[in-house]
Amino acid sequence: MSDPKPISRAEIGALTQARLSFGGRGRALTTGQALGFALDHAQARAAVLAELDTAQLAETLERVGLTHRVVASAAPSRDDFIRRPDLGRALPDRHAAALAEEAAPDVALVLGDGLSATAVHLNGPAFMSELSKRLSDAGMTVSPIILAHQARVALGDKVALALGAKTVVMALGERPGLSAADSLGVYLTHAPMAEIPDSARNCISNIREAGTSVEAAADQATRLIVAMQRSGQSGVALNQLLARDGALLTGP
Amino acid sequence: MGFHADINATRYSFPSLKVLLAKASPERSGDHLAGVSADGPVERIAAQHCLADVPLAAFLDDVLEVDGDAVTDLIAAQHDADAFSPVASLTVGEFRDWLLDPGTTGVRIAGVSPGLTPEMAAAVSKIMRAQDLIAVAAKIEVVTRFRSTIGLKGRLSTRNQPNHPTDDSRGIALSALDGLMMGAGDAVIGVNPATDTLPDYIRICEVLEAIRTQLDIPTQHCCLGHVSTAIAAIEAGAPIDLVFQSVAGSQKANDGFGVTLAMLDEAHDAVTQLARAPEGANLMYFETGQGAALSAEAHHGMDQQTMEARAYAVARRYRPLLVNTVVGFIGPEYLADGKQIIRAGLEDHFCGKLLGLPMGVDVCYTNHSYADQEDMDILLTTLAAAGVSFVITVPGADDIMLNYQSLAFHDAQFIRETLGRPPAPEFAAWMQTNGIGTPEITLPTLETALSRLRLPAG
Repeated sequence: MSDPKPISRAEIGALTQARLSFGGRGRALTTGQALGFALDHAQARAAVLAELDTAQLAETLERVGLTHRVVASAAPSRDDFIRRPDLGRALPDRHAAALAEEAAPDVALVLGDGLSATAVHLNGPAFMSELSKRLSDAGMTVSPIILAHQARVALGDKVALALGAKTVVMALGERPGLSAADSLGVYLTHAPMAEIPDSARNCISNIREAGTSVEAAADQATRLIVAMQRSGQSGVALNQLLARDGALLTGP
Repeated sequence: MGFHADINATRYSFPSLKVLLAKASPERSGDHLAGVSADGPVERIAAQHCLADVPLAAFLDDVLEVDGDAVTDLIAAQHDADAFSPVASLTVGEFRDWLLDPGTTGVRIAGVSPGLTPEMAAAVSKIMRAQDLIAVAAKIEVVTRFRSTIGLKGRLSTRNQPNHPTDDSRGIALSALDGLMMGAGDAVIGVNPATDTLPDYIRICEVLEAIRTQLDIPTQHCCLGHVSTAIAAIEAGAPIDLVFQSVAGSQKANDGFGVTLAMLDEAHDAVTQLARAPEGANLMYFETGQGAALSAEAHHGMDQQTMEARAYAVARRYRPLLVNTVVGFIGPEYLADGKQIIRAGLEDHFCGKLLGLPMGVDVCYTNHSYADQEDMDILLTTLAAAGVSFVITVPGADDIMLNYQSLAFHDAQFIRETLGRPPAPEFAAWMQTNGIGTPEITLPTLETALSRLRLPAG
């Protein structure tokens, strides 16, 4: 039997993004590999440490006709936020009181920095714009876009409670990988409350140019929110309902 | 029972052993998060003074103080009073001195190991500096065997971790082959599956089995899915060398992993009956990590390092081939920076070895930690000095499935050359046969090796 034809480097590149050394005979990574790795890590670190630029986000949102409010979690700095996730989930009373002045919407829309403000700057306003259009078309009222500093996922629940919203959409930057620091993650929770388990959330992840598009993510989020409002469920419970009755997603 | 220490006319009081252990712990973010850490550096050292005077035997009581906890019960059942007798009258401080005494050999330490509880190991580690943790661990030889022999003094083994974000068979094979060509994988070729379905689990085992048998490698493989999936795969006749499970230090934390001792017993029986290894071989693989119990809110007010040591009681029940702490994976809310990760890695390795485990370390960090490759270089070098059984290696230090940084295959090469640490003897012979690490390498290039490999369909 003749030897099969070797696979090409291009085919290998399509199969895996692993940092292969192709049987490198040397002891160390090459200078190019070592410095390339260091640059990828530096970019990831910069994304983690980046602060949310609310002025720039506000300008972008205004251009597409969206209003906004700004809140901050109980974490006083980026460093506290990273070391103390509990503070990033807590909404100080003064912010809750200000939000309580707003008209109660069907859906609270929250855009938080999470672990990558870079991802929020790149994809956040576009996602919120696409989503609020779709929700309005479906006859739902939405909150102003709540821009949240030092925010973990569960901060969205506190925002929704303050607003009196039935459902909350929390979009925030995912933890940067070495190859991508621009992934937005979206968590959808119906009837949010304090200390709600993660199993009550639906998640759409990897929203970025090279992953899930903002349009596709907004379509998926809208379908899920419609199903939540019809069924009164979210998370694992909603998934189980949908497995039995997919019409919740598509029906009239 | 209360404990106290008087320092400069100030009395520091600690209401229980659990509180004392937490307050005596070297600083780390997870203990702050849990609200159990010392109030500043002086209280921490006061607690360490106090801890040094506590008799080892005091730790035979229920330190966790949770009625009916299965791990606590296991710890009590494991305690061997005869083995304990040489150190039974010592305090924690005297035990540290005994461990460091040049007259105390590794064999003597291994002899008392069955009498030691995880809380004793954690307690003494808290009053030991990095060099103490290294010096004592370096004395202890824990040898385990399957197709290769792991843990022999003066050697360093590696796990080759060819993870792939979609579990693609050829993607996994490419990373595995890349590592093998650099001499990585004598401890295990082990894949963390992206999914945890039975068909994927079986296919991954078949891919790894194809690589092992077609290249005739004296090593073992493992798909690190859930233990219940492993049991089902064994029933389905899949080629399984090692059964894996993540374990933690309380029953509630293990519930969070969906695992009980009964399930682990069942899996151990099932994999033993496969008889793929020589008689008496070690057949289980466990991962642990500080902060696992706290993240499941199952720490019961105990500090994260003592909870980690308690997980080793679960592991040692099964005479595992491999155990490793995934030390920097959990994130900066538990271990904030390079210093905390390095300290935790040395503690976990020391406590594991003291309790008789074949302890390895995933020298690693995430992008939101205050750590980088240089911290990993330091941890790797100090662990090699401490005689770590194995470390985890991936292509270019970048795990493209779990999105964190572990060691590169090259990093193990650095230790082999700089400190002289060859791999397991069987694997070293295989490398020599194939000229790996020499210009006369007889393995084909990666491009050819992949095309020659006969992989399972699907």
